[in-house]
Amino acid sequence: MKQHGKTHTNVDKEPNLKGTLISVGVLGLFIIISWVAVFAIFLSR
Amino acid sequence: MHFHKFEKIWLTFGIGALVLFLVILGYGAFYLGTHPQSHGLTIDPQNVEAHEAFKPENLGLTKVDEDRYIVNVVASAFNYDFGVDKEGNAVKHIEIPKGATVLFQVVTPDVIHGFNIAGTNVNMMVEPGYISSMEVEMNQPGEYTLLCNEYCGIGHHMMYTTVEVYE
Amino acid sequence: MALHNVVLPNEDSRQLLPIPKKEAKLYMSFMYVAFISLFIGGLMGLLQVLVRSGNFTLPFGIGYYQILTVHGVILALVLTTFFIIGFQFALMSKTVGMSDKQRNLSWLAFWIMTIGTIMTAITILLGKASVLYTFYAPLKAHPAFYIGLAFVIVGTWVAAFVNWRQLYLWKKKHPGEKSPLLAFMVTINMIMWFIASLGIAVAVLVQFIPWSLGYAETINVLVSRTLFWYFGHPLVYFWLLPAYMAWYAIIPKIIGGKLFSDSLARLSFVLFLFFSIPVGFHHQLTEPGIDPTWKFIQVVLTFMVIIPSLMTAFSLFATFEITGRRKGYGGLFGWFKHLPWKDVRFFAPFVGMLAFIPGGAGGIINASHQMNTLVHNTIWVTGHFHLTVATTVILTFFGITYWLIPHLTGRKLTKSVNRLGIIQTIVWGIGMLIMSGAMHIQGLLGGPRRSDYSEYGGTEQAVTWGAYQMAQAIGGTILFVGIILMVYIFIKLAFFSPKGDEEFPIAEEEENAEPTPMWMENWKLWVAITIALILFAYTIPFVDIIQNSPPGSVPFDWPIGNS
Repeated sequence: MKQHGKTHTNVDKEPNLKGTLISVGVLGLFIIISWVAVFAIFLSR
Repeated sequence: MHFHKFEKIWLTFGIGALVLFLVILGYGAFYLGTHPQSHGLTIDPQNVEAHEAFKPENLGLTKVDEDRYIVNVVASAFNYDFGVDKEGNAVKHIEIPKGATVLFQVVTPDVIHGFNIAGTNVNMMVEPGYISSMEVEMNQPGEYTLLCNEYCGIGHHMMYTTVEVYE
Repeated sequence: MALHNVVLPNEDSRQLLPIPKKEAKLYMSFMYVAFISLFIGGLMGLLQVLVRSGNFTLPFGIGYYQILTVHGVILALVLTTFFIIGFQFALMSKTVGMSDKQRNLSWLAFWIMTIGTIMTAITILLGKASVLYTFYAPLKAHPAFYIGLAFVIVGTWVAAFVNWRQLYLWKKKHPGEKSPLLAFMVTINMIMWFIASLGIAVAVLVQFIPWSLGYAETINVLVSRTLFWYFGHPLVYFWLLPAYMAWYAIIPKIIGGKLFSDSLARLSFVLFLFFSIPVGFHHQLTEPGIDPTWKFIQVVLTFMVIIPSLMTAFSLFATFEITGRRKGYGGLFGWFKHLPWKDVRFFAPFVGMLAFIPGGAGGIINASHQMNTLVHNTIWVTGHFHLTVATTVILTFFGITYWLIPHLTGRKLTKSVNRLGIIQTIVWGIGMLIMSGAMHIQGLLGGPRRSDYSEYGGTEQAVTWGAYQMAQAIGGTILFVGIILMVYIFIKLAFFSPKGDEEFPIAEEEENAEPTPMWMENWKLWVAITIALILFAYTIPFVDIIQNSPPGSVPFDWPIGNS
């Protein structure tokens, strides 16, 4: 039970990772754009 | 194990994108039939002529119907055999009208080859023992290079012909 | 989550162990072979791009496909394997230790691998094995080529057994404790490698060697290819995971931070173990003899292996951001601006990470079932793996070299070598941007890979490709300058840098880090799930391939110039 409480406080003190979220978001968009672009070429042929 | 709130968002987004890709691919493959070639038809590599389609007189371009063609090819190191023309010369160039549906059937009597009409989706591995086949609509006019894109030996890069799609 | 099972490590087991001189010699031997390979393989790469530019002919009757075989074998198989085995031994020694007996066995592994490499290399150099590193049947190389490869693989197995024994003994001494993170990762990688290389071992020992010696008349081509790619995809993860080890557990220390999450790092490695192997069909998508439904199933499994890489991307950015914020750099991207850009131990792997963004995106495209016909066997694929293995992996390995070599030789990474390393990284990045970029575009235009210079009868398409091949020659030449620089740096660090104590950077957990659940150490379960997934993905299609086999293929040696 004590352990459980400790986990909880960790959740409350989550580090600020706004920059990280934006960075991975950009990365994800890059993947999607590349995939869609190549898929468009595939469809056009 | 603890995931940061943002990591949950990121993984949901990322996995969601992957699932979306798979749904698009799966829809095309299973409902529209755009699977990559996989017919599993076998043939004796030491005796490909025994198969009707690969008898010397049946090689090359054959018109089977209005706007429907079959192209039978024997790919061997380092040549694509499209049969011979009326004068008895080896065919090195084929012409297909724009919009025609073409069935390519290719076999090899020796090693592995590639069969790629560069710049189109006609791209197949040709392996001894199997008939590679693919049906496509040739919609974009132009001159295409048909080449071997799987290493087959020292003359690999000299293995090519041309395909013209005309208006 | 069974948190009550968690036992906190005692101080003693967190201690990093010193690497004795006798061991350092062993690890350096692996590094010597790796860097000699880098030089030879790189030289071959330079010759290739020059030939393909159309302005250069190889002297002395050397064949293009001969140097292409050297390039592939020596870089993809020799350089990577020797560097990885050597690096992993050093990690194990540092975290769990190595006994005298284990060291002797490791030397045995080294010599078996080296003898195999020499056998294979001589066969290729004599022109008797111009079959490229994939050696697809029924092209037949001289039997010594296959026997040499078998030796290399068996040597790696000895190394794997030693690594497992190292962790086993440590765990016996530290009951109830979680294994050190890096030892955990090395063990995962070697389990994956062992299970995967069984496939290639069966192909080589059962199919290729008897057939090339003339004891078997024919070979089942599709079975050999399926076994090859059962091995061939986990092979690329065998290269990538040591880079991930450095990213997860070493880079945080170099930038002055802590581990982002010990358990998430382990989880991603367990996922890599599960999903690296049952995915080989995505290299065989355009083949005629495999059921398309099973191809698609393996495509789905391939997409699963992307997930741990998504986790890794988050983890890395988070490590950078947390470290930067702790140092007091605020704002949305202040942490990014203040990363230690001038420290080559960070900068080289970082450029490697950047390359993995287009590298990974390209990988998803390649594996996309029917879309594979667009890029299969075009030079796009060559461009792809020059981003992944030849930039992401190799720049991370270079990043490791800058501290590992001086640590092993008792020297220092000097300021001037550090600066040279930064220049090397930039040279590599620019060279690869040009070469790989040109390869990607030429591939989309249909240009083939693995091909000597050809004008293809002067078609318009081939003329367009020529311009991109010229760009590749420029990029490839810049990359060769990078190789010369790196070999110079290696020699400098190994023999001439001033004596000193270079740190072996291993990141620690946060003081108040959430304990890693003990179920992570459930090795038997991980192996069982891995095998179950392999059986699921391969049993039915493999039986189908065998039941519907065409007549086998006799050997062909004349196409590669042997007869």
